[in-house]
Amino acid sequence: MLHQVFALVIKELLAVLKDVKSRMVLIGPPVIQLVVFGYAATYDLNHVPFAVYNEDRSQPSRDLVARFAEAPAFEQVAVIHSDVDVAPLIDERKALMVLHIDRRFSRDLLRGVPGHVQLIVDGRNSNTALLVMGYANTIVTDFNTWWAARQGGNKPPATLDIRSRFNENLESQWFIVPGIVALLTQVVTLLVTALSVAREREAGTFDQLLVTPMRPIDILLGKSIPGLLIGSVEATFIITAGVLWFGVPLRGGLVPLYLGLFLFLLSVIGIGLMISSLSVTQQQALLGTFLFMVPSIILSGFATPIANMPPLIQDITYLNPMRYFLIIVRGVFLEGTSTSSLMPQYWPMMLIGIATLAMAGWLFRRRLY
Amino acid sequence: MSTARIMRLRGLVRKEAWQILRDPSSIAIAFVMPVILLLIFGYGVSLDAKRVPLALVCENPNHDTASFTAGFFQSPYFVPVRFGTVQEAEKAMRAREVDGIVWLRSDFSRQMLSEGDAPIGLLVNGVDANNARIIEGYLQQVWAVWLAKFEAAQGLPLRIPVQVDARVWFNPSVTSTDFLVPGLIAVIMTLTGALLTAMVVAREWERGTMEALLVTPASIHEIILSKLLPYFVLGMGGMGLSVAMAVWLFGVPLRGSLWLLLASSSAFLLCALGMGLLISVVSKNQFVAGQIAIIVTFLPAFILSGFVFDIRSMPAAIQLITHIVAARYFVTILQTLFLAGNVWRVILPNILALVIMAGIFLGLARRASHKSLE
Repeated sequence: MLHQVFALVIKELLAVLKDVKSRMVLIGPPVIQLVVFGYAATYDLNHVPFAVYNEDRSQPSRDLVARFAEAPAFEQVAVIHSDVDVAPLIDERKALMVLHIDRRFSRDLLRGVPGHVQLIVDGRNSNTALLVMGYANTIVTDFNTWWAARQGGNKPPATLDIRSRFNENLESQWFIVPGIVALLTQVVTLLVTALSVAREREAGTFDQLLVTPMRPIDILLGKSIPGLLIGSVEATFIITAGVLWFGVPLRGGLVPLYLGLFLFLLSVIGIGLMISSLSVTQQQALLGTFLFMVPSIILSGFATPIANMPPLIQDITYLNPMRYFLIIVRGVFLEGTSTSSLMPQYWPMMLIGIATLAMAGWLFRRRLY
Repeated sequence: MSTARIMRLRGLVRKEAWQILRDPSSIAIAFVMPVILLLIFGYGVSLDAKRVPLALVCENPNHDTASFTAGFFQSPYFVPVRFGTVQEAEKAMRAREVDGIVWLRSDFSRQMLSEGDAPIGLLVNGVDANNARIIEGYLQQVWAVWLAKFEAAQGLPLRIPVQVDARVWFNPSVTSTDFLVPGLIAVIMTLTGALLTAMVVAREWERGTMEALLVTPASIHEIILSKLLPYFVLGMGGMGLSVAMAVWLFGVPLRGSLWLLLASSSAFLLCALGMGLLISVVSKNQFVAGQIAIIVTFLPAFILSGFVFDIRSMPAAIQLITHIVAARYFVTILQTLFLAGNVWRVILPNILALVIMAGIFLGLARRASHKSLE
């Protein structure tokens, strides 16, 4: 029995890897995507273009402007002298922010009345707008502390001492690159499995497979193992690149990581094979793959937090294996989470895997056209 | 000659239209997929952190700590939970029960009243760096409000020398839905456009019916045009549905003109269909066409288009790469048309880029199909 399964595995691997185009599709894009996405998917702001509209032109206002111009997050692109210049700069996306200093600024400041600074921010990307305001607030707070100290005023009664755990400098890459492990592994594994049964159905060779002495469980094994192998190689490659190339710390052990990977692959393969055996044509299989893959990525917490979703959609995400695996990869990478505390993430993936694989195996025989 | 051409074209278009009508999957791709995806994502994708679970640790609860923590109970952004010790709170943070910890040490009020500068310890879970930064921003707001109140109550002059008054144009309440939904339309239309053509033509190559078409008097232009037209109509239908949902369901303002939206959508759809056509002509087999379509459409449109990740934050080399992603231009157009209005100097160059890309894709598809005749 075992050598039959083995033969099927070899055949499946050959079917995927023999064709030059198909081989290229599996190896080339993931490598390129890892590098491109690893750098592209960032929420950090660098060189935000901003314009200065300084009506005050005194020393304190110039000090404040200098703090913005020197900050790595900002880059001064224009100096304007009237209200009418503001709109074109923002509308045409030449500047993301206009720093407007009122003409009474230094007078107020020296009199001990709060001086006013107006920020006009492009809100087309609301997240960038929020971050820009956050950075600007930090710069102004620093200026305030410096000014108060210079004027010999009292210290504020309490100050904030903000620290972040696990990702001390809040680098986006530390959050995104572990996410890419899950993202690309899922895409490649789905590609290998989701069309495999549908293609044979369309060609008619699946019927031949069914009349061989192989039991559905053998066929299931033969169809699953290639995905497991290719997915593991892919994930290992990305994990290695994440540590060595992107410098993301791997604080936890390999056991919790690879246990998670195994269960994740199992569930993705199960879903892929289920889609494949439900479809009559490859076109349907592709459509099914898309209809699963796109929501599973967008609703996984990869780019936007699950906690921000409405309750009903949060409930739907419990069916999504990537949701659990993302928590595992990020937990093991950044928090060094142990196997035992990841149990709540392991068993749902195992359940999804067993249920979908069983369903796929059952469909092999039932769906005959 | 020209009437014969029109007749041939009409015949071909009719054949394609029948084929679409008989195969429900194309209609599903064009209409059902955009609606379902927009429905799920419009509600599901949000960067607005609300009701963030926060641990409050007051080692020595008294009037002063209460005045500070009251801000968290009033804020719509936080759901505070009290913990006795920092160790317990940290345990809760590890278990992902809270996203941050506010720690007021036992000497908080003594230090506050005697020398000032009493430290308020804030510990944020930084795994999701973006979320952590947004939470920090909210925390700073709570602190600033408390400071102003405290000083006013003490009858002290306000010790905040410079006050920031921020105005966010186009999206004053900074809701992420208004920003994400237009981008989502671009992502969804990329999928729809490419999927519509990628598989269909590849299937014809596989079955040999494409060869049959090629030996008819119909020219390669006519064949390509007849494949594009019906799918173009379908795709524009899906686009119309998405825009209607964005405006009426999600309440995103549409400040630009409808005509400009129509023009840019047509340019983009031609681009997406052209890409699908090229994929199918090059791969000539559904298996590979499907794989390529998955890899080159969704992920680049998701990550490299500026839909969530701001292109201006990317390294220069990556910014250069984003220029070959058609969705990038469409996302810019849609975000501007929806939120800012008809800003010609943003919209025109981007439409031009889309037209050029559509020309390249269709031209390449045409050339590739010609070769195979030989």
